[in-house]
Amino acid sequence: MNQPLMLTATQKAGPKVTAWVGGLVLLVLLAMPLLSLLPADNSFQVSAYTLTLVGKILCYAIVALALDLVWGYAGLLSLGHGLFFALGGYAMGMYLMRQASGDELPAFMTFLSWTELPWYWVGTEHFWWAMCLVVLAPGLLALVFGFFAFRSRIKGVYFSIMTQALTFAGMLLFFRNETGFGGNNGFTNFRSILGFGITEPGTRAVLFFATVMLLVISLFLGWRLARSKFGRVLTALRDAENRLMFCGYDPRGFKLFVWVLSAVLCGLAGALYVPQVGIINPGEMSPTNSIEAAVWVALGGRGTLIGPLLGAGVVNGMKSWFTVAFPEYWLFFLGALFIIVTLYLPKGVIGLLKKKDEQ
Amino acid sequence: MRNVMLEPILDPNKDAGSSRDAISFGQRAEPGLNTRHGTILTLEGISVSFDGFKALNNLNLYIGVGELRCIIGPNGAGKTTMMDVITGKTRPSEGQAWFGETLDLRQMSEVQIAQAGIGRKFQKPTVFEALSVFENLELAQKTDKSVWASLRAKLTGEQKDRIGEVLDTIRLTHSAQRPAGLLSHGQKQFLEIGMLLMQDPQLLLLDEPVAGMTDAETEFTAELFKSLAGKHSLMVVEHDMGFVGAIADHVTVLHQGSVLAEGSLEQVQADERVIEVYLGR
Repeated sequence: MNQPLMLTATQKAGPKVTAWVGGLVLLVLLAMPLLSLLPADNSFQVSAYTLTLVGKILCYAIVALALDLVWGYAGLLSLGHGLFFALGGYAMGMYLMRQASGDELPAFMTFLSWTELPWYWVGTEHFWWAMCLVVLAPGLLALVFGFFAFRSRIKGVYFSIMTQALTFAGMLLFFRNETGFGGNNGFTNFRSILGFGITEPGTRAVLFFATVMLLVISLFLGWRLARSKFGRVLTALRDAENRLMFCGYDPRGFKLFVWVLSAVLCGLAGALYVPQVGIINPGEMSPTNSIEAAVWVALGGRGTLIGPLLGAGVVNGMKSWFTVAFPEYWLFFLGALFIIVTLYLPKGVIGLLKKKDEQ
Repeated sequence: MRNVMLEPILDPNKDAGSSRDAISFGQRAEPGLNTRHGTILTLEGISVSFDGFKALNNLNLYIGVGELRCIIGPNGAGKTTMMDVITGKTRPSEGQAWFGETLDLRQMSEVQIAQAGIGRKFQKPTVFEALSVFENLELAQKTDKSVWASLRAKLTGEQKDRIGEVLDTIRLTHSAQRPAGLLSHGQKQFLEIGMLLMQDPQLLLLDEPVAGMTDAETEFTAELFKSLAGKHSLMVVEHDMGFVGAIADHVTVLHQGSVLAEGSLEQVQADERVIEVYLGR
């Protein structure tokens, strides 16, 4: 893992050095899939385990960035982003299940003695349609939910609770076998994607590469948004919504736009997560997952673009080490981490680094 | 008892919509507000009640084009509620509210009212604290304020010049790049006034604009408002009688949700009922 290294390096760094470190991290990330293709006895070879783990964390980093767009910039704390992530994942999973089952029905449907595909599975054997679903399912849900929530001027903690309820409702719905998404077990036992074996090193490398690209694109998009007038309107909205309305801006449209964009980014991250991890089940929609995403953002530093990425990397890096070393204590540690950040690091790790810079 | 209710100041030669070639950059600019009869704001028979308490009670008020009107009145007289009604924040249970001759304020949302040309300064200075002074003015600027326009917006030279002018006017040129949250209370007041100027509204509602200002700042604000009157219509709610005396040619006294007296400051100060209300005799 390269996160601890990056931390100490940026601590001593000015913005220029930070850019260098960022470039270096990107280079390492781009090199990893290539190194994973080396023969197993080569000392530079990156194992499939490491590649999958880092790929997974990168997907989480995209979620953190998407959440930061709505929370850090627009002040809307969503505790339901796991739902959008899972929806993207399920859409991808549908395609993978169809690939695995060929002309037959997916195995779990046969167990339920269903004889034909439900209508919403139609077309999922095509990759392009599955990709459309990856964008449309979270996007439309966010659009409808956001439209009504913002129209009714639901804000603050009420908004957070509603998003939490939404993801919980989603989880309960997907737990049911009758919903047609594999119930409790979700989707697993994938075989191939676009005709390539899903566990083949080449496929893994390409998926990893795609994840890095999505992260870079999301970062660029976030950066452009934050620098545009749109970004400033969001900040204004967060700080003084009334003032903004009396300036002649309609906050609803601005909120809706960034909300849907964020949901779609989460869906895309979920779609890349599923083939790398090899499973998607309703557990991804559990409220704790979404809360954990908020912890990443808070820990890294909200309202910045790098902060959430750092947060997602640090927390998940620690998690994968901790859950192996001291499996029982991980949740205590996570809780303690959140308390410490809330009490002593209101601006997150990024705030700490910036403070060091100023001294 | 003498009746001090005056006719609104009428000036039919002045047409706010067409006579002012207001700097307008976007399609949201009003296509000439109809102020045929010289009245920019008409409130007639306005009543607002909160749980049976009548915050406004059959209120009648007319503001002429280019007029500078001061509203005074004891606490709870309904001054802020009246501003809420005008800006669409509160809906009246009865009565008529017109902007110009044709815009029915009761049917419009807060955003529509702001875009139609009514600007409001809050009692507590409200600026975008995380943004710089310059950015605060940029956001307030009269332009297309839709989502798509904001995504692509770039400042033109003209717009930058206009922001520079306003920065000069409110004397914050040297603080242009500072976060607005770091400004002093008085500076925030000026920034908010500056934001109103950027919006270029036809009617400005100012709720206690000189609260927390030093004497020098108050004096400067008085000058500023006097220079704005004529080009804009202003409605100022203020407790500072010295300030009111310095700017107003016309004063309205509110009491218990309706107009108690109207006229020049000397006239209303001499009014028995006003003295009674203020001194509680």
